[in-house]
Formats: sequence, C-alpha cells, structure tokens
Amino acid sequence: MKRLFLILLFFSSAASAQKASIVKFNVLQKLIESKEKNIKVINFWATWCAPCVKELPLFEALNASRPDGVEVTLINLDFADKIDKVNSFLARKNMKATVLLLDEIDYNKWIDKVDKSWSGAMPATLIVNSSTGKRRFVERELAEGDLEKLISEVK
Amino acid sequence: MKVFFLLSIGLMVFVAATVIKTGYDVGDKVSEFKLKNTDGKFVSLSDFKKEKGVIVIFDCNTCPFSKAYNDRIIALNKKYSSQGFPVVAINANDPEKSPGDSFNDMVDQAKKNKYDFPYLVDETQGVAHAFGATNTPHVFVLKKEGDNFVVAYIGAIDNNAHDASSADKKYVEEVVDAILQSKPLPTTKTKAIGCGIKWKNV
Repeated sequence: MKRLFLILLFFSSAASAQKASIVKFNVLQKLIESKEKNIKVINFWATWCAPCVKELPLFEALNASRPDGVEVTLINLDFADKIDKVNSFLARKNMKATVLLLDEIDYNKWIDKVDKSWSGAMPATLIVNSSTGKRRFVERELAEGDLEKLISEVK
Repeated sequence: MKVFFLLSIGLMVFVAATVIKTGYDVGDKVSEFKLKNTDGKFVSLSDFKKEKGVIVIFDCNTCPFSKAYNDRIIALNKKYSSQGFPVVAINANDPEKSPGDSFNDMVDQAKKNKYDFPYLVDETQGVAHAFGATNTPHVFVLKKEGDNFVVAYIGAIDNNAHDASSADKKYVEEVVDAILQSKPLPTTKTKAIGCGIKWKNV
C-alpha cells in the first residue's frame, strides 16, 4: 500500500509542473559559484518578455534530455507579488525545469555580479562550467542548437 | 578560399564592433532629431535650446516597467520642467511587434494620463539607435553646454522599479539636481532590467 502510494506520488509529481520559489541574490550567487555539478545553464526571463517566452522550450528540452552533468535553472524576474501569475504560467506551459523568482529589485546591486557585459536586457543566458572555470554569457534570444554549442564551448 | 575566410572574419569583427559601438556614451554630443508628437506636431531637440537640459526617456505603453514608472515620469516633468529641465518621452517600439504601441495607442495613453510633456513616435527607430537605447524606460539626461546637448547620465530612473516609495536612490533626480546646482554628478551610468525595445526585423 505504501509502495503504491509512493508510486502514485512519483507519477503525480512527475506530471505536475514546476512551481517557482522566491529567492534572494545569495541563492543565485551560490548557484553560479557552486562546484556541485559540472555545467550550469542559467536563463534570465520574465512572463512579460516575449522573446524569453519564445526561447523557453529550448531550456525545457535541454532539461528533459538530462545530459550528463548539466543543470538547468530558470531565473524569473517578474515582480515577487506576481508569483501566482508565474506559477499559473508554469502550469499552463507544463514546465519542469527549476524556476527561481529572483526578488532583488535594486538591479544595480547584482547585475554586474552575473556578468559585467550585461546591459539588463532579457533574455540573457549564463553558462558556467565549474570544473574548467569557463563561462559564456549571451544577451539575446537563442535559436535551436545555440545552447548545445555554448555548452560545448565551456567544456 | 582563404581570402574569403579572412574577409568573413573581417566582416564578423566589423559587425561585432558596430554592435558594441552604437549609441551615445556619457559626455557625447547629441545630434538633432525631429519626431512627431501625439498632438500631430513635430518636436525637435533644438526646440529646447533655451532650457538647461532635457530628460529624454525611451518609453512605451505596454511594458510592465513603463507602467510601473508612469507616475514617476509624469512627476519628473512636473518637478523639473519649471526649472528648465523638461521630460521628452520617445516610443520606438515597432507596433507590428508590440500591438498596443501604435501611434493611436500613444495618443490615447498621453490623453488618459494627461501627459504635459511630448510623447514622440520614433517610427524609423533611428533616434533610439542613435542614442543606443535598449530598454523601456531608458533614461538619457542631456545637459545644455554652449550650443550643444551633451549626455550627462544614462540608465534607470531610480533603484526600485516596483515601488516608488521604497526607492532610496533616485538617480535621475539626483543628477538633474546636481546639474541645476552646478555640482559634480553623483552617478553617470546605471543598468536596469526592463523590456527590450521591440526592434523591426531588418
């Protein structure tokens, strides 16, 4: 019975979409600097940003394919009081990748810590290889195949 | 083949360089522009030559950040136009990419919110490109120096897009106050998350 319950729980959680958690910059910083996984793919987006929404399926596909040692994190930059809107967006698109809503409204305190070249425009994507120390930062909408290319560049 | 390869590299470097080098930097002289206002009349930068400066804001009707800053933009003009430092808002969004930013929508927006400053349409996006504007709202504080307008500040209005009362660094106000009092500028450049300008497909 317990086993059945666990199986059911597994399937229900596998079928339900991701919910966003609200975080501060220290969580993002730890993620960028952590040595835990091999390559981190970090995408900055918002529900109101049309080109961001358009490229999200690329990150979802990468996350679903679970390539060895690659961790996908979607950093949402909607205002924190819009979390319900974000969660219903994630449910509607049935998204599975990890989503963190970064609640840091004083952008000039942290934008440069992500990457000095970032003007603040979205979408933006940071790819970090904690083993080699190599990183790539792109401030534009990605096309099919771009993510794989960027990942191979930091290997 | 090798020549072709070198040429393509050269072209890529050139393209990359032009992408990076577009737009004004702090200290640059601003070229004259002339754009249509929501009342149908044209407004030029030189119309403001008697002022001490101009707060140019690339803005739009649709972006959540523009909506959040709308009252603050209106307040900036109320506070500074009488001191010789008016606001000029420019909408450069391609209405095909951003329905809600058509000229008629701009006219409605200006009427509904009682804009007492120009809200200009940058149909060709030439002025936004010349400035190097990327986001909305994206501010360029221009200071009158002799016969020219010179860029004094580029960036965000303040440090809290969401809540005006929680903003404890009012970048634009501090810069304009400093110019009006002939003091050194506290900040000349900030960055801001915002909606990218909706560029036309080229």
